[in-house]
Amino acid sequence: MAHKTHSLFDRRILGRAAVDAFRKLDPRRLMRNPVIFVTEIGAAVITLEVFARTGGEAGGFVVQIAFWLWSTVLFANFAEAVAEGRGKAQARELRKTRTDTFASRLRDGGAIERIPASLLRKSDVVVVSAGEVIPADGEVIEGAATVDESAITGESAPVIRESGGDRSAVTGGTRVLSDRITIRVTADPGESFLDRMISLVEGAERRKTPNEIALTILLSAMTVIFLVVIISLKPFGVYSGVPFPMAALVALLVCLIPTTIGGLLNAIGIAGIDRMVQKNVLAMSGRAVEAAGDVDVLLLDKTGTITLGDRQAAAFLPAPGVPVEELAASAQLASLADETPEGRSIVVLAKKYGIRGRSLADIPGASFIPFSARTRMSGVDSDGRRTRKGAPDAIREFIGGDIPPEIEDAVNRVALLGGTPLLVSEGTRVLGVVHLKDIVKGGLRDRFERFRAMGIRTIMITGDNPLTAAAIAREAGVDDFVAEAKPEDKLALIRKEQAAGHLVAMTGDGTNDAPALAQADVGVAMNTGTQAAKEAGNMVDLDSNPTKLVEVVEIGKQMLITRGALTTFSIANDVAKYFAIIPALLVGAFPVIAPLNIMALGSPSSAILSAVIFNALIIVALIPLALRGVRFRPLNAAALLKRNLLIYGLGGLIAPFPGIKLVDLVVNALHLV
Amino acid sequence: MNIPGGLQLASFLGLLALLTKPMGLHLVRVLDPQGKTRLDGAVKPVERLFYRIFGIDPAKEQDWKRYLGSLLVFSLVGLVLTYFILRLQRLLPLNPQRLGAVRPDLAFNTAASFTTNTNWQNYSGEATLSYFSQAVGLVFHQFASAAVGIAAAAALVRGLARRSAGTIGNFWVDLVRVNLYVLIPMSLALAIFLGSQGVIQNFKPSVAARSVETGEVQSIAQGPAASQTAIKMLGTNGGGFFNANAAHPYENPTPLSNYLQMLAILLIPSGLTYYFGRTVGNPKHGWAVWSAMAMLFLAGVLVCWTAERGGNPRWAELGVSQAAGNMEGKEVQFGAFDSALFASVTTAASCGAVNAMHDSFTPLGGLIPLFNIQLGEVIFGGVGSGLYGMIIFIVLAIFLTGLMTGRTPEYLGKKIEIADVRMSVLAVLIPIFCILGFSAWAVVSRGAAASLSNAGPHGLSEVLYAFSSSAGNNGSAFAGLNGDTTFFNVTLALAMLLGRFLVLIPVLALAGSMARKKVVALSSGGFPVGGPMFTLILIATILIVGALTFLPALALGPVVEHFVMTGSPVLY
Repeated sequence: MAHKTHSLFDRRILGRAAVDAFRKLDPRRLMRNPVIFVTEIGAAVITLEVFARTGGEAGGFVVQIAFWLWSTVLFANFAEAVAEGRGKAQARELRKTRTDTFASRLRDGGAIERIPASLLRKSDVVVVSAGEVIPADGEVIEGAATVDESAITGESAPVIRESGGDRSAVTGGTRVLSDRITIRVTADPGESFLDRMISLVEGAERRKTPNEIALTILLSAMTVIFLVVIISLKPFGVYSGVPFPMAALVALLVCLIPTTIGGLLNAIGIAGIDRMVQKNVLAMSGRAVEAAGDVDVLLLDKTGTITLGDRQAAAFLPAPGVPVEELAASAQLASLADETPEGRSIVVLAKKYGIRGRSLADIPGASFIPFSARTRMSGVDSDGRRTRKGAPDAIREFIGGDIPPEIEDAVNRVALLGGTPLLVSEGTRVLGVVHLKDIVKGGLRDRFERFRAMGIRTIMITGDNPLTAAAIAREAGVDDFVAEAKPEDKLALIRKEQAAGHLVAMTGDGTNDAPALAQADVGVAMNTGTQAAKEAGNMVDLDSNPTKLVEVVEIGKQMLITRGALTTFSIANDVAKYFAIIPALLVGAFPVIAPLNIMALGSPSSAILSAVIFNALIIVALIPLALRGVRFRPLNAAALLKRNLLIYGLGGLIAPFPGIKLVDLVVNALHLV
Repeated sequence: MNIPGGLQLASFLGLLALLTKPMGLHLVRVLDPQGKTRLDGAVKPVERLFYRIFGIDPAKEQDWKRYLGSLLVFSLVGLVLTYFILRLQRLLPLNPQRLGAVRPDLAFNTAASFTTNTNWQNYSGEATLSYFSQAVGLVFHQFASAAVGIAAAAALVRGLARRSAGTIGNFWVDLVRVNLYVLIPMSLALAIFLGSQGVIQNFKPSVAARSVETGEVQSIAQGPAASQTAIKMLGTNGGGFFNANAAHPYENPTPLSNYLQMLAILLIPSGLTYYFGRTVGNPKHGWAVWSAMAMLFLAGVLVCWTAERGGNPRWAELGVSQAAGNMEGKEVQFGAFDSALFASVTTAASCGAVNAMHDSFTPLGGLIPLFNIQLGEVIFGGVGSGLYGMIIFIVLAIFLTGLMTGRTPEYLGKKIEIADVRMSVLAVLIPIFCILGFSAWAVVSRGAAASLSNAGPHGLSEVLYAFSSSAGNNGSAFAGLNGDTTFFNVTLALAMLLGRFLVLIPVLALAGSMARKKVVALSSGGFPVGGPMFTLILIATILIVGALTFLPALALGPVVEHFVMTGSPVLY
């Protein structure tokens, strides 16, 4: 899905959005956005006045005010439509991958029937062979296969899906490349993962988040306040002998109510989910994105998140009486057929002991036994010698005898250090131990540093013993770690942190992660994980990259900051608008107040018109910011607040003065009023 | 501005700052039912007696609805009681002047006024009310309404301080303890001191005196002024015993009494900020709030003082010396500075006592008291009401700007959620509705126009001031308006009641909502509430809300008037 990110100004999206902006004028839809709804009513009232009054010298002024009020509404609609359009474009691409397929359903008797995929229901069982498209979301109950999931993830390398364990979930619309698997369907048509994804990115399911609702209440309250201000101004004017024209009052009202944030609020929310999608993370709700911004504890699995999922050979520990070179040579030989990173790392390490690099072709007549997850061994049979390398218990079973106590000790020692011991055997003789070690991912230290700056604590969770855990924690730079943790311990840990008032984010993929994913405030499930894990979390990472939690948190924060920044900016703008409009309203009746016109605007009419035009244009000007989000910096709350207050608070106070002045110069230069 | 004034202002604010902590600490002990105070020996038996008589179980706390219910019932009973005392004063004792029954609309206005801690006086103190009416019907409320305000503030503070709690205190206990341990002893001390300065305290009928200048016979009112004056200030009530209030030499005889009365107005509101910070476990936050109040206050004083000292050029043109500033409507012994300071103090706090006629201030000098009130009576504010009003603004300020920290806004570790925003905006909306709505109605209603002694911008200022003062429960007046008409008696009373009790509903609902919340762990990711940045944000929010709301109306009133005074050849 990240295959194509749409530029902010994709022409097709803009064209469609322009049309949608008009469609969104429907008052029934606008009612949900009180600020813009009031603007629309104002525009309608002034339009009626345009038609009611025939001619008149101020006619042109009223027409222009009406035009710009409608523009304000349209610009706000346009912002929302652009944000939606970006999602829709992505949804269209997803839809393309949803082809109508046939499924081979397994009937009770064992017979297979071909039916359209759309007829499949939950708990049906289907068989999918190489080259076929998986017809529905499901769980592999038999067999193993390589699957091309690029339609969902954009990642072209195929992945393995097999029954049992944590890699059993398959997604409808992906293609089986090899082998044959039996799948139990887990989603009815229309509720599949792909369907959910489409409706999510399309924004069809978007509901306002609690924070958006609260902000809408505040913005509505401000709108009501300004309505009262403007309505009461009329009688005050009657008393003071100042006949305030309707157009001027409505103009003042629209300038004062927070149209900028009111017009962009929805766009910001949609864009937040959209930015997650760009990072290949599907947030199940806007609420989840917001929660990501609030998170202050990250629970990180050691394996796959902090360390490379693959361990690397670090040392050969030969059995008594075995030269280390012999162990290295045999280990290398046994690993030639092991294409896993661990296997390759053994070959690399062997070179350091002066063992000549060999390839499969170098040993004619040998039969290689490739590594498989089931046997957990690899090796080679040549000249009657059966060389093997594998997990200690697998080797033990293979040689069918006891392992010498010295080797047993070495195995335990390696395990105690957090490493993974592998045994190398030849015939029934154990040659020694290979020490596989965790490799901490690069660049993590910096990232955790950023988190610390944001006030977020990182906790590493590992099944390792405390010594190893401490060593890795130190190396990676996490704040804290929990050692010897069982998967169930995650849930308890999350509960404990939450009870202390923290908001916790975690990633997970296994079925035994599901309760913790559900309990966490932000649970990011790996796409490669089980169906249970994906259902439990509130986000799915299509790339299955646990480190992405970092980006998730940053996007959440960025969305909240954007919302706050534009709110502050919008309200701060009002001060300048007052200085433009109030003197213009009063100077006719009270010429003495002319000094209040500090911007030296051309005429009362041009002042009011300029404020309205500025108010409308600022929405358009801020659309890119609303969609892209304000630039995020990893700072603590006080520093972030200070920075953003300076830019958006002080900036919002000052910017409209030159802005309105500039518009006024143009208005006067063109003799618009 | 000049040096003596500057020194006095500095000493005033300095002394206020010094007294804030001890006052706050005392409040911390009083507002904790188990708290120990130095007065326990003498007062504890009385406290227990109250509980026994009224069947109060001091250990039993109330949720916000019960707390609000008790508060409203208590206030309603007081309102009705005072109404009947005023209506029946002819039949009641301590009426040496044989004053008749108060008219129904005026009695309603006065009862509402004192029940709401407003002390707007449409009656002429000494000429309308008997000593019994004043000392029982009104002074009862001066204690009770002050305690109600402090109790409500304490309930909100408890809501913020507690976590996952269902209750916010017991209204009856707060009411009894605030009176017994704070208001009564402090009033007693202040009354005795004021007596030493010459404030009168007696139950004699008026004294006839022959004026030296004109030879006319003048009736000089007497009465228990010292006792009422003390609680008038300490409880930010403001209702003077005499119509001239603190400009009357029997109520405010010396510069020292003037200074102490001003200090007394701000003492409890200021101490409450320390109580607040201390109770929520963040004294710095309390001081940040105090600083916001103090800075808004200082800015107001400086503008008002400058305007009053500058005098009125129109008078200068007529040959009236403006060397001492604008002296129209001022007590000579106080002059421009003390009048400006007193006006700022009394309107920043919702006291309403006056030692000069705000109506006669220069346009900008008069704008400050008006604006102080319109900002929501949160610059120290009324006892209790200032703090809870300020907390409402804090919640809004943090909600508005807190998103910029990248987290859902939280206040003292409590997330600001939908219900909290809803309650806070309601609390802000109600007074605004009352002020602008009633004022707009008044200026176009035929009956009201007759009450205005000034037409043009100044008349508008008078009406705005009246409804601002009522809705803000201040009680001071731009005296040019004759408020004693049926229209104004009823509308002003409604503004007072709505501005007090309708606002208290969302305030206590917020207290309940906050008390129920869990506390988010404090980390460097949370909103900083204890420093200069917070103070600035708070000030900006208050100013922007206040300015944006009232600027159009103010522009038609004092602002136009100012430009007319300084630059127009036409008089309006």
